[in-house]
Amino acid sequence: MNEVIPAIAFERVVKTFEGGAIRAVDDVSLSVAQGEFVAIVGGSGSGKTTLLQLVNRLIVPDSGDVRVHGEDVGVADPIALRRSIGYVFQSGGLFPQMTVGQNIGITPRLLGEDQLMIAKRVDELIDLVRLNRTQHHDRYPGELSGGQRQRVGVARALAANPKIIMMDEPFGALDPLTRAALSEDYHALHRKLGLTTIMITHDMAEAVLLADRIGVMHHGRLLAYGTPGDLMRVSDDYVNELLNTPRRQAEELQNLLSKDNTEPSS
Amino acid sequence: MTDPRWHEALIRLPDYLGSHVRVSLTALALGLAISLPLALIARRRPIMRAVLLGFASIVQTVPGLALLALFYPLLLALAQVSLKWFGFGFSAFGFLPSVLALALYSMLPVLRNTITGLQSIDPAILLAAEGVGMTPGQSLRMVELPLALPIMMAGIRTAAVWVIGTATLSTPIGQTSLGNYIFAGLQTQNWVFVLFGCGAAAVLAIAVDQFLALIATGIRVRSRLRIALGALGLVALVLATLTPTLARGKSSYIIGAKTFTEQYVLTSLIEERLQAAGLSASPREGLGSNVIFEALASNNIDVYVDYTGTLWLNQFKQAAIKPRAELVADLTKILADKYKITLLGDLGFENAYALVMPRKRADALGIHSIADLAAHSGTMTIAGDYEFFSRPEWAVLQKTYSLSFRRQQQMQPDFMYAAVASGDVDVIAGYTSDGLIAKYDLAVLDDMRHAIPPYDAVILIAPKRADDDKLKAALMPLIGAIDIAAMRAANLRASDNNATSSPDQVARWLWDRISNTEL
Repeated sequence: MNEVIPAIAFERVVKTFEGGAIRAVDDVSLSVAQGEFVAIVGGSGSGKTTLLQLVNRLIVPDSGDVRVHGEDVGVADPIALRRSIGYVFQSGGLFPQMTVGQNIGITPRLLGEDQLMIAKRVDELIDLVRLNRTQHHDRYPGELSGGQRQRVGVARALAANPKIIMMDEPFGALDPLTRAALSEDYHALHRKLGLTTIMITHDMAEAVLLADRIGVMHHGRLLAYGTPGDLMRVSDDYVNELLNTPRRQAEELQNLLSKDNTEPSS
Repeated sequence: MTDPRWHEALIRLPDYLGSHVRVSLTALALGLAISLPLALIARRRPIMRAVLLGFASIVQTVPGLALLALFYPLLLALAQVSLKWFGFGFSAFGFLPSVLALALYSMLPVLRNTITGLQSIDPAILLAAEGVGMTPGQSLRMVELPLALPIMMAGIRTAAVWVIGTATLSTPIGQTSLGNYIFAGLQTQNWVFVLFGCGAAAVLAIAVDQFLALIATGIRVRSRLRIALGALGLVALVLATLTPTLARGKSSYIIGAKTFTEQYVLTSLIEERLQAAGLSASPREGLGSNVIFEALASNNIDVYVDYTGTLWLNQFKQAAIKPRAELVADLTKILADKYKITLLGDLGFENAYALVMPRKRADALGIHSIADLAAHSGTMTIAGDYEFFSRPEWAVLQKTYSLSFRRQQQMQPDFMYAAVASGDVDVIAGYTSDGLIAKYDLAVLDDMRHAIPPYDAVILIAPKRADDDKLKAALMPLIGAIDIAAMRAANLRASDNNATSSPDQVARWLWDRISNTEL
């Protein structure tokens, strides 16, 4: 029975802001199976971050149900719920006055775990996200590079052994090389730890590379939801445009490189 | 440093500094205890925030001296209500009103900086705190307060400097502070005291500010050592300034003094007499006229010198002007019946308003009394202090003697005597015991019709000392011992600005003079 209960399920969820003037999430239904990697793609203001925060009840829906492992988040204790779900924030969201070690260990500490256990877990996680214990453990976020900060963010999200990880544009602000390395590393962790991941991104290429299924959001509506192959068969203009843009870019790039054009271009 | 006034200032330092530290740090602690929770409650409530900051800003615009002075009658009334309803009273004098007023004064920077500090935190950090599963309390404790702390510390530093500076103004409501130097110095032209008081307050403020700064940078650069050093410095400062005061114990008799030269001299004289009789005594100087009588009536001070006319007109609001002996008898009875205050006796001189002009000119014109003056007043000018022309004495004087001067002008009391001596004005309303009358060879015109009530200097003793025979015995040698010439000479010495002009020195000189004439 367990397999058929989705890790996350939205059913006809509506969330409006400013007295209904803004429909941030407009009648969205979708489910994320356990162990699945789902990417939600959309432009700014499409409602994708709102969708994410409905999962751990940072935002309360106007109507509809959100379920995590079959349990209605409306009746769950929101504090316990948030501690049970890992959250990687846009540009890190690390606490500037805490060291890397303290940041990573924060959720176990909130759960009242033993100090020694936390210290051991923090060391493991530093290794897991491929940072260096001696170099980074006692640093403050302000002393790290963007990529390092995001690795700390991932480690912090994993610290309390969550089954679900939510990521809000986790790699958006990174340079392409770091971004590629980090997303590959994360994808490996997702598999190794058997996580369920829901990731927000505005980059369709990234979504196609990482995700099992992709949801496309536009003006609060879920326009399409399925595997990359499913999405190819959708007849919506916006979805097609989103899918075609990276492909066109890839083709142009291929053409330019094959002409052996090494002159610098704008 | 050969000037004995430096030595005298240094001797008083442990007492003044200790009291100053005690009152300012208590006020600061109370201010923080009130402001910090209020700021936390108000940070997400815009209306409450506006009301609080508005209130604190208004408090800040009230001059420090007025704020402190307002708390005295307020607490006095509260103490009476409390005594009536709950059966216990408290002292509305000195420490309590000072602490409350200064605590109010410290609120604005603490409130404003705490609220600003909490509001300026990146919303993404607040979201992260909520997202990792912190309760609102945990978010405040683990994230918001630590991040707001540098700005909060800046506010606390500002408050500390303000409170330490303003605490010098708590002297007139009976709280000993470094302000005692300043008030005494300004009144007795003792610039050594004024400079010493200002300097000591500044050094104290800078020291506390720097220790707090050390803690603040310690927090910012996460150095436990700096935080510990700063805290240690503060604790050491408190201990160093409190220990001598506490170890010394309380002196049994407290002598009050109002805010002018003669009072400082008389207080020193009484202190020396009590010490000579083996009684420990300490002065409480610079008390406001309205404060000092209540302080005596409620046993906060033990003894002070007041003037019969002041008590009669200002304290008891009596209009009828009586002959000297009758006035003293009436006052003695009212004080004893209504307040249980003992009027021990008069010192032998009076400090009243009097019309004064140069002796030579008076002789030349044949003016010896105010009645003689009336004929000339139409061509003359008169000067008085800021309140004289609105006092009842002036109305009575004009009516009794049909005085009508060509012009009347208000003047700083210190300058009146020189002005009349040099002929800038013809007559002044001076004070009979002022030393400058002798210095400029001025004549006090007789008030034969007693338009001005007697202002005999009298010693008043607090209710709880009513049966204290040792105290009375120690003070009796002063009764009737100081004639007007002696007091004028003493006041003249005290108004000088030199090594022998401190109240203590002058009091010793005065005692030598009066004890020798008695022999």
